[in-house]
Amino acid sequence: MNNKPTPLTEEEQRLFGDLMPEELEEIIHTGLKRRHFMKLVGLASAGLLAGHLIGAEQALARGVALGEIEDLSATAIENGVQVSFKVNASPTKVMVDSRMTLLDTLRERLGLTGSKKGCDHGQCGACTVIVNGNRVLSCLTLAATCQGKSVITIEGLAKDQVLNPMQEAFLKHDGFQCGFCTSGQICSAVALMKEAKEGQVSYVTANVRQTQASLILNDEEIAERMSGNICRCGAYPNIVAAIKEAQTGKSVEQNWLTI
Amino acid sequence: MRPFKFTPAGTAAAAVRLLTTNTKAKYLAGGTNIIDLMKEDVERPNELVDLGELSLTEIIPLVNGGISLGALGKNTDAANSPLVRKNFPLLSKAILAGASAQIRNMATNGGNLLQRTRCSYFYDVAMPCNKREPGTGCAALQGINRMHAIFGCSDACVAVYPSDMAVALMALDAQIKVMQPGGTERAVPIQDFHRLPGDQPEKDNVLNHGELITEIEIPVNAFAGHSAYVKVRDRNSYAFALVSVAAGLVLQGNQITSAHLAMGGVAHKPWRLSEAEAFLKGKAATTSNFNLAAEAAMRTAKPLTHNQFKIELGKRTIISALEQALKGDSYTG
Repeated sequence: MNNKPTPLTEEEQRLFGDLMPEELEEIIHTGLKRRHFMKLVGLASAGLLAGHLIGAEQALARGVALGEIEDLSATAIENGVQVSFKVNASPTKVMVDSRMTLLDTLRERLGLTGSKKGCDHGQCGACTVIVNGNRVLSCLTLAATCQGKSVITIEGLAKDQVLNPMQEAFLKHDGFQCGFCTSGQICSAVALMKEAKEGQVSYVTANVRQTQASLILNDEEIAERMSGNICRCGAYPNIVAAIKEAQTGKSVEQNWLTI
Repeated sequence: MRPFKFTPAGTAAAAVRLLTTNTKAKYLAGGTNIIDLMKEDVERPNELVDLGELSLTEIIPLVNGGISLGALGKNTDAANSPLVRKNFPLLSKAILAGASAQIRNMATNGGNLLQRTRCSYFYDVAMPCNKREPGTGCAALQGINRMHAIFGCSDACVAVYPSDMAVALMALDAQIKVMQPGGTERAVPIQDFHRLPGDQPEKDNVLNHGELITEIEIPVNAFAGHSAYVKVRDRNSYAFALVSVAAGLVLQGNQITSAHLAMGGVAHKPWRLSEAEAFLKGKAATTSNFNLAAEAAMRTAKPLTHNQFKIELGKRTIISALEQALKGDSYTG
């Protein structure tokens, strides 16, 4: 992991110099840590950043970025496990507590907060990520089991600022309201495209004895195959329309009647 | 979650050795159930022996027309294997009826068999539960028991076993191959693998500590073209069964040579519908015979306060599964 901190802008230096003077040196030398970030968020919510709007905006926007997270030593945790794996194609090495889930590792250690913690018990799908090409639940995956694997999260779907066609389709069809389930829905739908291409069957497939590659999924098939992703806003018709459009490449209408 | 040591195992024999030396260690396969139970503080291992590197993932055709599923193969791969789809579509359908795509991508064939009950009192550590804490009592017996058993329960436990896959394996007469401490192997027929609760509901199955499922063997069958898995649940997908039925019919014209029937969601184990099977043998495959078979199947059911409905639902599900199986490959929903 790259441990060199990104230099602070002038505005950020003034911000931290005024608001956290005792921590400024540390921030300059070792980078913005989670605790600094959280303190800043606290000050923002208390309305204390008025004199530092530009600096605060810059600092908050950078969040806690990948590479600026302090690594832990094996002695700092009771059951440390060293894991080397790829996250969105970047080789990543991280020391985790054996209890740490992949979801918590992505969010809390690697700063990738796109994957969401909904239920944390494998019942909602908000934490869906793609591991070695297959969609899985990161809340029920121990980070320790990811040694050597390749993880794709919502942050890794766009290529060079160009959205994945599934992301485009979700935008076009309003495949969300609050957005909390959306990254899980999209990761799930992207993997679903691969499954359909491979001719994988589902519980609603009429005859599983017939084999056929490159399936084009109807509404019922999409609903069944996406049932592991719950949307409490009920954007299901829009989600189904988005997936159909991404799969066929043709413009589709929402179908409010059959789902 | 309580702290635990994470130990990857390189081979099945090494995994068995690791568990033999630590009575508080557990195996980790797909993790979809045990990680959840550890978060809930229901399972409290001090060590997880990770089976992720083991090679027991293959699906192998057997010389006599049967098939062997590696215990660590993923449920998705078993359900989509061309061999399983062609010769054991009942198994394919049952696996696909369970959980979600994400969970089936993680869950293993062996781990699926070792799922623990989803009884809400088992999950809630504030409640008494003889399965979780032997001797504390059963909260479901007098509590909300709508989801619970109607066959084979005891005063100690009325929980149901949740797997769909195992219901199909029961109708398919599978054998569970197990590696024992010391490296020897034994095979357990599926009907003997899971237990009824009796006065030891903490024991879900006949495995001893350290024993590891290595393969699931399924013998050849003559009902691939006439089988069905019908699951009834509170919502259309991603829910555990209220009642499910696996059905296979071996037919000669319209005459039933043999019927293969098992039910899920009704007992502490996949429930073989032996009375219905015996009734249907040699009979004509007609709706009236299916009705009589369903009556015979449910005759010994004993409902609790809130699950009386499972008896009628069970009958209808049996009839529906038999009718679908009769139509076979031409069934279109």
